[in-house]
Amino acid sequence: MSAMSPGTTGPAKSRPRGERSRGVSVALHTALIVASLVSVFPVLFVVFVSLRGRDGWQEPTKFVGFELSNYTHILNNTEFLTWFGNSVIIALGATVLGVLVAATAGYAVSRMRFPGHRPLMWTFLVVQMFPMAVLIVPLYNILGRLELLDSYTGLILTYCSISVPFCAWMLKGYFDTIPAEIDEAGRVDGLSPFGTFWRLILPLARPGLAVTGFYSFITAWGEVAFATQFMSSEKHYTLAVGLQTFVGQQKAEWGLMTAAAVLITVPAGLVFFLAQKHLVAGLTAGGTKG
Amino acid sequence: MTTAVSETGSPPEGQVRRPGLLTRARRSFDTHWYAWAMVLPVVVVLTVLVGYPLGRGIYLSFTDANEANIGRTIGVNHIPSTYEFVGLDNYWKVLSGQEGHFYSRLTWTVVWTASCVFLHYTIGLGLALLLNRRMRFRSLYRVLLILPWAVPAFVATFSWRLIFNEKYGVLNAFLAKLGAGPVDWLGDETLQKLSAVAVNVWLGVPFMMVAILGGLQSIPAELHEAAEMDGATPWQRFRHVTLPGLRPVSGTVILLGVIWTFNMFQVIYLLIGQGASSESEILVTYSYRLAFQGVRDYAGSATYGILILSLLLVFAVFYRRMLSRQESVR
Repeated sequence: MSAMSPGTTGPAKSRPRGERSRGVSVALHTALIVASLVSVFPVLFVVFVSLRGRDGWQEPTKFVGFELSNYTHILNNTEFLTWFGNSVIIALGATVLGVLVAATAGYAVSRMRFPGHRPLMWTFLVVQMFPMAVLIVPLYNILGRLELLDSYTGLILTYCSISVPFCAWMLKGYFDTIPAEIDEAGRVDGLSPFGTFWRLILPLARPGLAVTGFYSFITAWGEVAFATQFMSSEKHYTLAVGLQTFVGQQKAEWGLMTAAAVLITVPAGLVFFLAQKHLVAGLTAGGTKG
Repeated sequence: MTTAVSETGSPPEGQVRRPGLLTRARRSFDTHWYAWAMVLPVVVVLTVLVGYPLGRGIYLSFTDANEANIGRTIGVNHIPSTYEFVGLDNYWKVLSGQEGHFYSRLTWTVVWTASCVFLHYTIGLGLALLLNRRMRFRSLYRVLLILPWAVPAFVATFSWRLIFNEKYGVLNAFLAKLGAGPVDWLGDETLQKLSAVAVNVWLGVPFMMVAILGGLQSIPAELHEAAEMDGATPWQRFRHVTLPGLRPVSGTVILLGVIWTFNMFQVIYLLIGQGASSESEILVTYSYRLAFQGVRDYAGSATYGILILSLLLVFAVFYRRMLSRQESVR
């Protein structure tokens, strides 16, 4: 920082700090309005098309013919609800398993210095770097041999390979924010290390657990590559696979696709907005403090 | 591990000779066993679900395994594997350019990653700086700008495909109103790439924006005030207060962004389509296509997978080293 003598005065200011001229304000709001439009438009457009009936998507600029036929059709005549259920089961399974397994490890890495600490942190980071291309062929062959292809268990286990390192990483970041004095107090009062973790830290970390769980849920919810190959019968499709059947090489049922898109996005989006504030904090906290 | 023996006022244990390996192992076990017990589940899961498949993937990349010669069970008949070990053949074929277009795909993947992350970061930083001011409707803007993040990526990609549609897409409808001819957004190679980047930028900016906004708010306001007192211009304040203050956050989000974008499967696969060979594929989608389209080339796909992983690892190591060097210079 430039060293200026205390006597020098800064450039003369006509406005107090924090105020801005009218022109700057207009520019600021214009920029934000344009950005908001870009970010909102595709979402609104999909909602709009979904309300236009089966062939409404072919006239994207007309504001006529609003009906709910797309929604009734996918709910009554397609497997949409089955896929929805499959997605929920699989994503929930992967999340619960991931958080359960990862919680203790995240705590150990956050609080204790033990041989193998650094390699483990590195593993968590490196595994997140794995492109699915590395694992998909071996996993496909292995699950094939165990006859777990096209089953919930197979896909849940597969998603655990994504969610476990991720959850451990996030939870480590969260545990770091809980003061270590709490652990010490627990130890002084005669709790074992496990007792401290189970009775003091886990209850305190509930928001962190929720956010971690939510994030791995969303990751599994939106996964395409594994689900497309591993789930071969229509009864077992997840939403990401099922949606592809609406718009394939031959047919293009964009009306149905958009209705399904809205139904998929609304619940995920609602929960997302509740959780998003904590999400980034958790993600970046793990990284900044090695 | 070092057994610390201090030279002044040695503790009672200092009298004991350096303990044997077994004793040291036991002592280390005694102090650390609960830590190890706590990480055990994760280690088991990672070994079974990541370590073993990874090892097998590496092994497959040294063989000529494909759909025809891999062991499989049809009905009650079990057909044993007949693929053979071919050493570094696969790597040689890919790296020497004999097979496919590794280098052109690599170039496009790097361009894709660099342009996406650059745009994510700069747009995210710009919006975060705007949002970090006191103004009306601030929380409304924030919600609207985060919206793309709340949409699952595969849903968003399909929606964009509809928008980009050549015949009935809304983008071309607008262009027609302006008097421009229809543009084949997803047909032409260059436009395909541009469209893919646009979709991915749309998807990724909210994360960067929120992360950077968090970073901005953690910079103490006194720093800005002090700089202003010293007569720093807004640009100087941005350059010498804001950017250094953001460094920890930026370091992490850029690393994450590069990894995610390099491996971004959904956008390319669902937007450009599963159709025949296309130059707009990145390494990950190409590897996927090798494994699951036509005659399934498991070995080739594994080779690509391992190459992608090695590239990312090298990048991560250099990146972290660079960050820590910057840190120590300061």
